[in-house]
Amino acid sequence: MSEHEYVPSSKAGKWFNDRLPLLSLGAHLSDYPTPKNLNYWWTFGGILTFCLITQIVTGIVLAMHYVAHADLAFESVEKIMRDVNYGWLIRYIHSNGASMFFLAVYIHIFRSLFFGSFKSPRELIWIIGMLIYILMMAAAFMGYVLPWGQMSFWGATVITNLFSAIPLVGESVVTWLWGGYSVDNPTLTRFFSLHYLIPFLILGLVVLHIWALHIPGNNNPVGIDIKKPSKDTVPFHPYITVKDIFALLMFMIIFAGFVFFSPNVLGHADNYIPANPLVTPAHIVPEWYLLPFYAILRSVPDKLGGVILMFGALFVLIILPWLDTSKVRSAVFRPMYRQFFWIFVVDVLALGYLGAMPAEGIYLFLARITTIYYFLHFIVILPALGFFEKTDPLPASISELVLTGGFSAVSARSDKIINEKK
Amino acid sequence: MSKQENKQNRRDFLFTASYTVGAVGIGATIWPLIHQMNPDESVKALATTEVDISQVEPGKSITVLWRGKPIFIKRRTPQEIQEAKSVELKDLPDPQKDEERVKEGKNEWLVMVGVCTHLGCVPLKDKGDFNGWFCPCHGSHYDISGRVRKGPAPKNMEIPKYEFVDNNTIKIG
Amino acid sequence: MKKNNLINLSVIILIITLFCGRAYSASKDILKIDWSFAGITGKFERDSLQRGYQVYKEVCASCHSMQYLSYRNLGQKGGPEFTLEEVKAIAASYEVEDGPNSDGDMFTRPARPSDHFVKPYPNVNAAIASNGGAYPPDMSVLVKARPGGANYIYSVLMGYEEKPADFDLDVGVYYNKYMDGNKIKMPSPLSDDLIEYTDGTNATQAQMAKDVTAFLTWAAEPHLEARHRTGTKVIIYLIILATLVYFSMKKIWSRVDAEK
Repeated sequence: MSEHEYVPSSKAGKWFNDRLPLLSLGAHLSDYPTPKNLNYWWTFGGILTFCLITQIVTGIVLAMHYVAHADLAFESVEKIMRDVNYGWLIRYIHSNGASMFFLAVYIHIFRSLFFGSFKSPRELIWIIGMLIYILMMAAAFMGYVLPWGQMSFWGATVITNLFSAIPLVGESVVTWLWGGYSVDNPTLTRFFSLHYLIPFLILGLVVLHIWALHIPGNNNPVGIDIKKPSKDTVPFHPYITVKDIFALLMFMIIFAGFVFFSPNVLGHADNYIPANPLVTPAHIVPEWYLLPFYAILRSVPDKLGGVILMFGALFVLIILPWLDTSKVRSAVFRPMYRQFFWIFVVDVLALGYLGAMPAEGIYLFLARITTIYYFLHFIVILPALGFFEKTDPLPASISELVLTGGFSAVSARSDKIINEKK
Repeated sequence: MSKQENKQNRRDFLFTASYTVGAVGIGATIWPLIHQMNPDESVKALATTEVDISQVEPGKSITVLWRGKPIFIKRRTPQEIQEAKSVELKDLPDPQKDEERVKEGKNEWLVMVGVCTHLGCVPLKDKGDFNGWFCPCHGSHYDISGRVRKGPAPKNMEIPKYEFVDNNTIKIG
Repeated sequence: MKKNNLINLSVIILIITLFCGRAYSASKDILKIDWSFAGITGKFERDSLQRGYQVYKEVCASCHSMQYLSYRNLGQKGGPEFTLEEVKAIAASYEVEDGPNSDGDMFTRPARPSDHFVKPYPNVNAAIASNGGAYPPDMSVLVKARPGGANYIYSVLMGYEEKPADFDLDVGVYYNKYMDGNKIKMPSPLSDDLIEYTDGTNATQAQMAKDVTAFLTWAAEPHLEARHRTGTKVIIYLIILATLVYFSMKKIWSRVDAEK
């Protein structure tokens, strides 16, 4: 895997490394040639790793005090908040950490969409990333059920009920998920077990995600291929590590703002009411990071149709590398795609807002429009752009761009450069 | 010092300062994660127990739970007190006078943690060769003052912190 | 190119903030108080919390439980901070069930500071049955369980008025200007001079509403003051460290720029 042989400086190090090349791995990661023109949008991978570790550590600690039983769960969370030393802090870090995790993952995904990081040869990195995203949503959904508040219970009821839409076996599947005839204690205990498991599955996928990344190397803001190592790259440590740490500290300031000064603003007041199977809340809403999918789900009057469309929204994301036909990677050189990208951002934000509103009247109408546009973007616009868009000429190299602040077009046909570099 | 060296020193200071401040932060972060495993407020609130001893007849004992452990409270008869006092210190593996194990003016009352000091089993009352307690796990014998006399236990049964709130109530812990 | 993207991003952030604001002000223009505990440097006022506890004890506790609180909480830092003696006395004024004793019987004894607040009804069904079919909610986290929080609770307490002429109201239901749906099964619980404050403060309805709301906010967030204190320290620390790291970063990257 490494281009050069790393030799540890100490005898003990050499003994260890000969038997398990962890020190070589460390050297590989530390020396890893990274494009020197990466901007701050590239710091979110490191931020996401921090988020995952934070959630795992605080989660394991919370699990020392939480009781996964329908009669005791709500009370055990209150005990954590009131009696456990620093329990309030660990709990608020975990609940707000989930939101910060999704904020970072959305920025990370949109970075990839803008700069074409999902395009060949990085399709598998993108797909592994999508799997991580799906597991994140599953973990977050189940985690939200654990405090056993009104939203925990009714959110679980609504989402598990979706599976009854499956023809023939739907009802059996739901009963199987519930472990009973409604969301109840068996559902809670199994969600706790899976909620503990999934982050470690995510951890494994993150390792694969980074491994797959290190084959072609990082993409960069101008999206052109670079050789590594070269004058276009810098070693990961200390150049990228220090920048990642700086960006992480900025992120942590925002995180701390929520945890210490507004720890419940992203949540729902109804979840401080203990779960009551006899009383449905006026508006059942998932946490903010699931709202766009919720809006798509509710935009279809048919139950099965809504479920299919919701999973379809994920599916078009997964196959994105094959939908976007443009041979130019980065939106920096794709003036038309850039416009559509921002419209897409607004569309997703609108879907999120509409997901929080009641599914009626003007809200339902707009949710349908924005849902249709969402699919239009992936199925019609992106494939078409590859053929119709006139892209800007690409620079010959990153260094040229940095040196001159601009560049002269090397070739009249921009796609010719990429083909040659392949 | 050359300009290059000066720059180097400033840079090193900056890096050292960053690492140091960072390390402080990491330490401050680790502490709550460790401290959360210490007894929480509700456990600490139950750290003291008040016990009503008005129903205990001379020669009898009761067992109460304190911090999850059994507490033997025995009301000794005058003969038992005499017996406890007359034991020679040289006969004791863990020498301790009976007076040191009871409260002044209240030497009827023996209050001790009913846990064998060998490996933690609960000794049985009114058993053993010394008119006190006997631990069935590995055969330790305790006398009428709760002191180990025979067997593998290294120390006498522990006397917890306690006080008489009034003649009918003791507060343990 | 870069500038356009930045403009687009700023517009989007602006839109998000506007929408968020709209979502929150959907809480029906409730009354707003300048609470001492609001804001990043917010703190509770001890005497207000003690008065609030008195209101809870004498007015609310006959129907509303606060089962997640213990009497010892009344003495801990950051709360009403009653003295240990006062806490013991408050606890001892209540009877709790304990047991079984060595005969196998349950018995009652005076409460201790370590006991949870005594509940007015043995279970939820009893509470509902005694209150015309409505459950007086447990108030341990009530302030966090209502959008609008302390302002909402205060508004409901002050929001009882004559119902509009065309408003349909069953017997045993009352009109409240700020209650969700405008109907509430609890009659106005507070009125001027309903209780006599032990510290001599004039017990107007507004004063009692303010004090009990402050008390309920503390009950829902007993570590609020520590949270604010720690938060300030954490953010200042992060700013300092970020500054150091920023300059370290500039220093390190200057090597790349120098290599041109």
